[in-house]
Amino acid sequence: MHERQRSTGSLLFQAFSLMVVVALLSLAAYPSLLHAEPPLKKASLIPLWSPQAQFAGYYVALEKGLYRRYGVELTILNGGSGNSPVEALQSGRADYAVMWLTTALRHRDAGIRLVNISQVIQRSSMMLISRKSSWIDSLQGMNGKKVGLWDGDLSIPPLTLFSRRGITIRQVPLTNTVNLFLRGGIDVTSAMWYNEYHVILNSGVDADELNAVFLSEQGVNFPEDGIYGLEKTVKGDPALAAAIADASREGWQYAFDHPEEALDIVMKYMLRAHVPANRMHQKWMLNRMRDIIMPGAAFGKLPSGTLDRKDYHDAGNAMQRAGLIGGYPDYADFTWRHDAVQ
Amino acid sequence: MRFSKSIVIRMIVVITLCSAGIFAVTLVVNYLQSRSMLEMELEKNARNLASSLANRVDAELVSVAKVTEGMARSLDTAEYSREGLVSLIGSMLDANPSVYGSAIAFEPYAFNKQERLYAPYLFRDEGAVKAIRLDASYRYVPYLYQDWYQIPVELQAPVWSEPYFDDGGGNATMATCSVPFYYSSGGKQDVKGVVSADIRLDSLTQLISSVRILKTGYAMLLSRNGMVLTHPDSSFIMNESIFSIAEERRDPVLREMGRKMIGGESGFVHHSLTDEPGWMYYAPIRSTGWTLAVVFPEAELFENVRSLSLTMAGIGTGGLLLLALVVAMVTRSITIPIRALASATGPMASGNFDVELPAVRSNDEIGMLTRSFRMMGESLKEYIRDLTETTAQKERIQSELQMATDIQASLLPRIFPAFPERPEFDIFASMDAAKEVGGDFYDFFFIDDSHLCFLIADVADKGVPAALYMMVAKTLLKSEAQRLRDPGVILEHVNNILAEDNESCMFATVFCAILDTASGELIFSNAGHNPPLLVGSGGVRYLDVKPGFLLGPVPDSRYETERITLRNGDVFFLYTDGVTEAKNREDELFGEQRLLEILQGDFSMAVEDMVHAVRSRVTEFAEGAAQSDDITMVSLQYTGNGI
Repeated sequence: MHERQRSTGSLLFQAFSLMVVVALLSLAAYPSLLHAEPPLKKASLIPLWSPQAQFAGYYVALEKGLYRRYGVELTILNGGSGNSPVEALQSGRADYAVMWLTTALRHRDAGIRLVNISQVIQRSSMMLISRKSSWIDSLQGMNGKKVGLWDGDLSIPPLTLFSRRGITIRQVPLTNTVNLFLRGGIDVTSAMWYNEYHVILNSGVDADELNAVFLSEQGVNFPEDGIYGLEKTVKGDPALAAAIADASREGWQYAFDHPEEALDIVMKYMLRAHVPANRMHQKWMLNRMRDIIMPGAAFGKLPSGTLDRKDYHDAGNAMQRAGLIGGYPDYADFTWRHDAVQ
Repeated sequence: MRFSKSIVIRMIVVITLCSAGIFAVTLVVNYLQSRSMLEMELEKNARNLASSLANRVDAELVSVAKVTEGMARSLDTAEYSREGLVSLIGSMLDANPSVYGSAIAFEPYAFNKQERLYAPYLFRDEGAVKAIRLDASYRYVPYLYQDWYQIPVELQAPVWSEPYFDDGGGNATMATCSVPFYYSSGGKQDVKGVVSADIRLDSLTQLISSVRILKTGYAMLLSRNGMVLTHPDSSFIMNESIFSIAEERRDPVLREMGRKMIGGESGFVHHSLTDEPGWMYYAPIRSTGWTLAVVFPEAELFENVRSLSLTMAGIGTGGLLLLALVVAMVTRSITIPIRALASATGPMASGNFDVELPAVRSNDEIGMLTRSFRMMGESLKEYIRDLTETTAQKERIQSELQMATDIQASLLPRIFPAFPERPEFDIFASMDAAKEVGGDFYDFFFIDDSHLCFLIADVADKGVPAALYMMVAKTLLKSEAQRLRDPGVILEHVNNILAEDNESCMFATVFCAILDTASGELIFSNAGHNPPLLVGSGGVRYLDVKPGFLLGPVPDSRYETERITLRNGDVFFLYTDGVTEAKNREDELFGEQRLLEILQGDFSMAVEDMVHAVRSRVTEFAEGAAQSDDITMVSLQYTGNGI
């Protein structure tokens, strides 16, 4: 999730220009479409971070023309440092954004009226990792230790957990590498299962040398990536929101059904964004995405895109108790199409 | 034809296969030994190369680290103004052309109480040195949280960073050496900031890729995390780590190797990080914990050995073909005369010894064989000529012998009953010669109206000489018997005649008897012959006769005349030693006792039956064993005077 990335302004411009050129070319090639089909609705989506398999479903849906099939001419903006999804929504630069539930709740509490149109990741994939050699073999063992946490919203789940268990830590701000942990600068690092955990393994540390604690197994199972829009955007064109949600979901299904093709697409977007690209790492990430997007048979054949009501309340309650938010809205107020699905 | 072909083929196959086997083994051993020698040599070279390269890189990094350390120590002790800091960094860059950029970054409010962050940074930009402030240029992640700053602060130790793209700072891929500097107050040290010095990755890459390793070999740099920093495939650089490559190839050995590499070990392994197999020597770069590896592509490395082996294989194959050709020629030169000899064998076997044989061209075994073959033909021709002659001679002798047999047979009285007009006695005799002609004989004749002379004799030895001697003896005995009328005198006279000029020392045993047919008185004399048997109503017994000397060898021998009187029905039985000395298969003699027992069995037998009975028992006894001596018997029964 946290990869280094370059300045994205020019790339954004390039991508946008490309889209425009493609759109014009297709219109020129098929002038009859102009009259036969309803015009495509323009929309933009900003992922939480720069291109990687965490967002494979969106890139695949775009590349395979799924959004167009749903009548949307979607632009995927570059995420990453300096491209806060919430800010992009607020400024009107993006119509929709991928962000965590905890982030959305915090911003909602701060008065930004975000609405969840699709819950993509159904379980938390956040972990706390320590080395066995540092003799930390349980959560309680982390008391008083130097723990690396990302700044901002991404520290909400571990802080919630520590607060719930009464554990005091020495918080060290984490950047976007695992080097501080690898060099022994911190005792514990927070990590995403689909990303940093694998980066650590691929820095030569074997899995059996690590204590890896899943937050979800400690009762902090906050759903992560969801697609959000401002209330006014969603209510202004619910059909567009539905189209984006459905096409994205179909994109994910296609990515899981054709992992190698999905990886090709992701790698292409990564190279285009000048992001360090390692196919094996992306493969790991895509596989873990399947694990957390489609967690078990209960969810059936497709990621439902539905935010589980209980998960929602658990997250809201926990954040409220930890003093991170003053309160949280009704489930019905926060989610979209709730009546259609549940 | 087929036979000779098969020899040629067999020779070619056997010799060529053996040679090919020997050659193949030699080739393989040679290849393997050359390889192993090359590998040993290679390991040495690779170790030297990798170590020297690692040392060069290390030396450069160590000098940078030293300079940085020096700056940090001067910052520990002295307070600098903004200009002072910039000029400190600037003079360091001037003095160290390998350093790309350098920063002095302070902890919050450490430079002054008004400013939270302060970090002047100077770096080379298109030939000039450019000064910026990192506290301003890092837009998204403050320098406080960059690895190059955060890690040395947390560890409170000098640190070389993992290579990274410095977005907002030097805008290049670099590795940074960072050294914390400290406040010292009351013996306690607190980090005040970090001095950094950057090395551009591409300058290291240039240094490393400037080393030529064969044609396609390469040197490779791995970071502390196993990240590929230099590699011939540029898509690997900063994207792949040795562990991701191991994961992709599902190669746990490579992963283990990677752990050794980043663990600061060195080693020589048969592995390459590309698809081409190769030998790799890796050695640590101590100052940064990186690893330098040199890779020798196997294909190229063993190219010479392989091409040498291929040349050898080519020469060997050519040699084998040549060998097969030569073997074929030599074998043909051997088999052609053999074939000619073989084809001459047929006519020769059917008797044509004048068939043409191949000319002898060489003095070898084939020449000898041909000569021997020719000699064999000549010898056979001669032998057959002799054989033909001998056979003809043998046939002539055979026919002559047959005639002699007939003559001899005709000499002995053969018609029985011999004297049908004389009722006083009955006589029967038989002689079975062991060879065509025999030495035994018998005779009986009247010397006057009432006196019957009868005799049996056995000439020593058998065959023609014995037959001739028998003729003489028989004639003499008959003529002397008719003249002298006394058996002892007869034998004495005949002995003297025979003894004259008896150079060959032939001799005969004779039993001569004269029967007075009117009275039954029998006078007889014995010259070394077996004692006769007397078969009468009182039983059967051997007569206890005086032995007398053999007839022939010694003149003037005396022979006594004895007498007995036969009663009516008495049988006087004479025989030669052919009867008693007949042998069976176990070399057992028939013996006198058996003869006695036969005659005891039924003394009422007619004389003829008596002789036949003995003959058949002897035949039976012999069980098919060859008859070694003439078998002769004379049996006389006196029936005359009616007593």
